[in-house]
Amino acid sequence: MATVRLSFSPAPVHVRTARLVGVAVARRAGVAEELLDEVRLAIGEACTRAVALHNQYGLPDLVTVEMSDSDAYAVRVIDHAPIEASVGLAKLPPDELADESLTDEALTTGVGFALLAGFVDDLQVRPVEDGPGTEVRMVWPVQRR
Amino acid sequence: MELSLATRTVAEHTVLEVGGEVDVYTAPRLRERLVELVDAGARNVIVDLAGVDFLDSTGLGVLVGAMKRLRVANGTFGLVCSKEPLLKIFRITALDQVFPIYSSIEAATGDGDGSGSTS
Repeated sequence: MATVRLSFSPAPVHVRTARLVGVAVARRAGVAEELLDEVRLAIGEACTRAVALHNQYGLPDLVTVEMSDSDAYAVRVIDHAPIEASVGLAKLPPDELADESLTDEALTTGVGFALLAGFVDDLQVRPVEDGPGTEVRMVWPVQRR
Repeated sequence: MELSLATRTVAEHTVLEVGGEVDVYTAPRLRERLVELVDAGARNVIVDLAGVDFLDSTGLGVLVGAMKRLRVANGTFGLVCSKEPLLKIFRITALDQVFPIYSSIEAATGDGDGSGSTS
């Protein structure tokens, strides 16, 4: 069961709010202090991706972030873009990163996915159960006090 | 923390000092400033990330864009960064193999002994 749920209109300005809330709940849940920078970055990347997809498809729907701390700290970032938008997520090799033909959007998407994959050991990207959309699920261990 | 941008000249290099958070909301302002600098004739540009406490993929994309723009203009582009959390971001994305990254302004501009002082 989610302990904190946040929904926001797909505007870049709200991604910072999601990061702040996500880190505050992580700290409260008992995620190790040295992991909090990674939690902040990963939640930001997942929300940035969701906002970009909603804007790309002209979707005014809210992006949802659910944070749960039942056994571990689990964060789900849920978008409502067509599922095919998630296909093609891949880490870019170094020689392609500065390639002239790579668009800014493709670069940012590739780099964002590299950050998610690099910072989150337990990462899943899967379709939402109802309707179009993707769920990015990230889990971090917690230290019980 | 909001984005802050300040420009100065060091040893014929244009140094853009960036502070605060560079993310999907603030990165467009960083892009605008870098484009302005290149359009105004800057050819040796260094972005000093010492004051940055958050950098995401959008910010990284802006830095790559600036590097490409300068490459086309026969210019040079480098970063100054000595914060381990940010360096880890460059390593994970393999961008440490794309950008010249220096530990100090002196090292980036070739001014002084270039020993990489972080003072």
